[in-house]
Amino acid sequence: MAMNKKERLQFSLLILAALGLATAIALFALRKNVSYFFTPQQVQELRQLDDARVKEGYVFRLGGLVKQGSLEKTSDDLLIKFIVTDELRDQKVEYKGIAPDLFREGQGVVATGSLKGDVFVATVLLAKHDEKYTPPELAKEMKKLHSEKTGKPDDKKAGKPE
Amino acid sequence: MTALGTSGSIIGRFANPGRFLALANGVLPVAWALTVLFFVAGLYVAFFDSPPDYQQGDTVRIMYIHVPAAWMALFTYVTMAVAAFVGLIWKHVLAELYAKAVAPVGAAFTFICLVTGSLWGKPMWGAWWVWDARLTSVLVLFFLYVGYMALVDAFDDEQRGINAGACLLLVGAINIPIIKFSVDWWNTLHQPASIIRMDGATVDKSMLLPLLLMAGAFHFLFIALAVFRLRTEIFARKYRAASLRGAA
Repeated sequence: MAMNKKERLQFSLLILAALGLATAIALFALRKNVSYFFTPQQVQELRQLDDARVKEGYVFRLGGLVKQGSLEKTSDDLLIKFIVTDELRDQKVEYKGIAPDLFREGQGVVATGSLKGDVFVATVLLAKHDEKYTPPELAKEMKKLHSEKTGKPDDKKAGKPE
Repeated sequence: MTALGTSGSIIGRFANPGRFLALANGVLPVAWALTVLFFVAGLYVAFFDSPPDYQQGDTVRIMYIHVPAAWMALFTYVTMAVAAFVGLIWKHVLAELYAKAVAPVGAAFTFICLVTGSLWGKPMWGAWWVWDARLTSVLVLFFLYVGYMALVDAFDDEQRGINAGACLLLVGAINIPIIKFSVDWWNTLHQPASIIRMDGATVDKSMLLPLLLMAGAFHFLFIALAVFRLRTEIFARKYRAASLRGAA
């Protein structure tokens, strides 16, 4: 290439700007498909639009927090029922299998499965943790402070919906 | 061979290969000493003098390897892309050799990040691997490193390999902001950033210390390896030039 320094600089910057723009447009077009899961609110919206991705029997992932007080153990040891919430909408979930260690009320989860009526029947259940790292004593202390302030015992929420 | 630095320019004056070699001999022992020091201190605090996490227990200690490795994987790529740009435009010989020299180092950091992440994901999330935006974009970064190394070595003429590699690095640079912001732009299983975020770190002080010590260790290790490998590349090029002259 018989280009001098200035021409090379202009040419490269032009190419890079074009590539950046192309990627931005592509990502914008993909924004709905790149998400790893739908929140209950998004599921609700997609259902209203009759979107094929959340039709009954179609497999997708649902993510959110396990609602406080919603976890039910059944007579079948492996079957659990709970509600996944994004604090806007709730979604009933059933899962048969061994839940990950971090699975508990207030904790984030991502479940793979499909809708059967109003219930999301999960085949895979993954725990999602938040970005906060705290030693156990401090977490206990914070919990105590929180319950003193609100007057409610043990009502600490694990995090906000992302 | 291209001219050894354009002596008139600022870059040329401060980074010609001869001066670099003199500097390298001074920098290397210091960088290695600091690497050892920070690794010893960092690993000690990480394993024996920091608390477990209230939810994750002791598995949180994987963070002290995983997170610095991830930072270095991104950092190495950014330095390579900048050097590739300088090399393409100003034809500076050190910048051209730099990306070639540190590519395996960046690939190794990315590999460590992926492996430790996988080992951490299984006990915490319940899966070794998921195809969410964060994990997938880091895997793409690994492929970029490996692809770059393969491309640079695929030409008989070293200079053409370096130029082709530089183009790949610049195009691939678009992946860096995608990795960084993937956890904010899309729903991912991976949690958002804990340290480099607008509203301050969300890691407790007692866990921040080992993390920063390990980050220091990884940085000094990177400096030592980068200087060492760049020096080797300069020697290799000098050797090839000399043997070509000998053959002619």
